[in-house]
Amino acid sequence: MSVMVIAEHDNSSLKLATLSAVTAGLRISETVDVLVAGSDCGSVAEAASKIAGVKRVMHCDDPAYAHMLAENMAPLIVSMSEGFTHILAPATTAGKNIMPRVAADLDVAQISDIVDVVDADTFIRPIYAGNAMATVKSGDAVKVITVRGTAFDAADQTGGSGSIETVSAAETADSSAFIGQELSKSERPELTAAKVVISGGRGMGSGENFKLIDAVADKLGAAVGASRAAVDAGYVPSDYQVGQTGKIVAPDLYVAVGISGAIQHLAGMKDSKVIVAINKDPEAPIFQVADFGLVADLFEALPELEAKLT
Amino acid sequence: MKVLVAVKRVIDYNVNVRVKADGSGVETSNVKMAMNPFDEIAVEEAVRLKEAGVADEVVAVTVGSAASQETLRTALAMGADRGIHVVSDEELQPLAVAKVLKSICLEEMPDLVIVGKQAIDDDSNQTGQMLAAMMKWPQGTFASKVELNDSKAVVIREVDGGLETVGLSMPCVVTTDLRLNEPRYASLPNIMKAKKKPIEEKQASALGVDIAPRLTVVSVSEPPKREAGIVVEDVSQLVDKLKNVAKVI
Ligand SMILES: Cc1cc2nc3c(=O)[nH]c(=O)nc-3n(C[C@H](O)[C@H](O)[C@H](O)COP(=O)(O)OP(=O)(O)OC[C@H]3O[C@@H](n4cnc5c(N)ncnc54)[C@H](O)[C@@H]3O)c2cc1C
Ligand SMILES: Nc1ncnc2c1ncn2[C@@H]1O[C@H](COP(=O)(O)O)[C@@H](O)[C@H]1O
Repeated sequence: MSVMVIAEHDNSSLKLATLSAVTAGLRISETVDVLVAGSDCGSVAEAASKIAGVKRVMHCDDPAYAHMLAENMAPLIVSMSEGFTHILAPATTAGKNIMPRVAADLDVAQISDIVDVVDADTFIRPIYAGNAMATVKSGDAVKVITVRGTAFDAADQTGGSGSIETVSAAETADSSAFIGQELSKSERPELTAAKVVISGGRGMGSGENFKLIDAVADKLGAAVGASRAAVDAGYVPSDYQVGQTGKIVAPDLYVAVGISGAIQHLAGMKDSKVIVAINKDPEAPIFQVADFGLVADLFEALPELEAKLT
Repeated sequence: MKVLVAVKRVIDYNVNVRVKADGSGVETSNVKMAMNPFDEIAVEEAVRLKEAGVADEVVAVTVGSAASQETLRTALAMGADRGIHVVSDEELQPLAVAKVLKSICLEEMPDLVIVGKQAIDDDSNQTGQMLAAMMKWPQGTFASKVELNDSKAVVIREVDGGLETVGLSMPCVVTTDLRLNEPRYASLPNIMKAKKKPIEEKQASALGVDIAPRLTVVSVSEPPKREAGIVVEDVSQLVDKLKNVAKVI
């Protein structure tokens, strides 16, 4: 077995989701190689080489890869794929954008969002918003896989001593161009990596009221998330959405406030270690998955919670 | 300009999906089916382009059993002009669907293809990207806004960190995210009118593309169940439990 992991990064630092993909790779093979493609991303290649279990870093530095456009990334990955039995990437929006393109170019299936490795050909992945778990076996020579970050521990960022090899750019496309981005700025931990997440739903009533959530988040050092309804209503930006079609989180503590607990929301948080629900409706389905439920008006409960946390 | 949209028939998103006792899949008999929600958004976007005078024809395609025709009729009732039903009794995997869509694209030569970002049954999130690769077209995935001008598509994408804007030459593939638009309900008169719109039938097996499954489903099982916990009296008790029982704060 020979595994390539596609590193996700912002050209200066490695995204943590990469470390979970490395762990999944190490379940398949004793060592993995990592592809770091970007622009002025030497520090990322350096960091990748130190991850425990990484044998070799393939470092491709070219402006064409600055924003990981799928139209450029896929041909590069395909050009490097010779000899690899598995190509893994985190199941982030970047990984999901790029990997199906790689699979199509290689004429193989892509296996999305795996949560477990059974053997080198067999993987477990959720379907139907996590209402069912499918064990699938691939007959393809190369397995192109995206890895659900919450399902695999992060690989150790130290202890590795991989070599760094420079590789040259592959064919690039001019059919697609990066125009700009509007990234949410936050002092809080990243949603998918936070130990504590507190999310608000439609029950919050307005974006302004999210300051009640923020105040509790400050006390807990938590990341802030939301339901789709809260995002659709414009209370918070779209990257806050937790769920089947948003972000998947599995923190030590997840607090759902004013969220009913639709199946699509549960799909994104039900693997959290401890779940707390605050909702004024005792019948809300969220209570069926909550370890601790508080039936209360959030406008009273949140300020009180903030005050009682030290 | 011609727009092609792909629509899939899936179990309705409100249905509580149940795993079959023999582990061969999920229960689909007597279960309410509907158009994949992301595909409704795709159809809506295409129809709006037509209403705005940007597109002159909207063609809806589905790949599936005879029953998928219903889904195609829904697309026609929402405003698509005609349908193509690629008949396959086997559920095709994304790679195969993409190959089928490629062969339709080669025939129809659309300027824009809009598909859902993911089918809520297999949750694959692959087909649009695969089609784009096969056509060597650019892609704008997870779109929350699409603007067409001067044979270019400017797409705002929902990415993990926020929003990203890309410019794509056309033809291209766009995959829809939830906030691209709010799909309309088909009105009764439009449902009646849709019955007269043409649907062309083709057999998937006759397209000359490899549609054999590459993944075998070994088994399908229930996810681990989460037990409901306790209801606490008040905020003080909640804080106490989190500190002293769960020890998470
Ligand atoms: C294709 C598709 C994909 C989807 N993907 C996602 C997804 O990724 N993530 C997601 O979250 N949803 C998703 N959804 C939407 C999902 O089905 C629900 O509509 C959504 O999760 C509901 O959000 P909510 O719980 O905030 O709102 P509601 O269901 O309206 O619940 C609001 C809750 O707040 C409570 N409340 C109101 N006021 C107060 C108060 N003062 N104090 C305490 N409690 C109060 C109410 O009792 C209620 O339970 C998706 C839907 C579809 C069709
Ligand atoms: N059988 C099918 N028929 C028509 N369109 C499909 C089919 N399967 C997938 N698609 C399209 O591809 C999108 C993504 O599906 P998937 O890659 O399976 O998550 C869907 O939202 C549809 O637009």
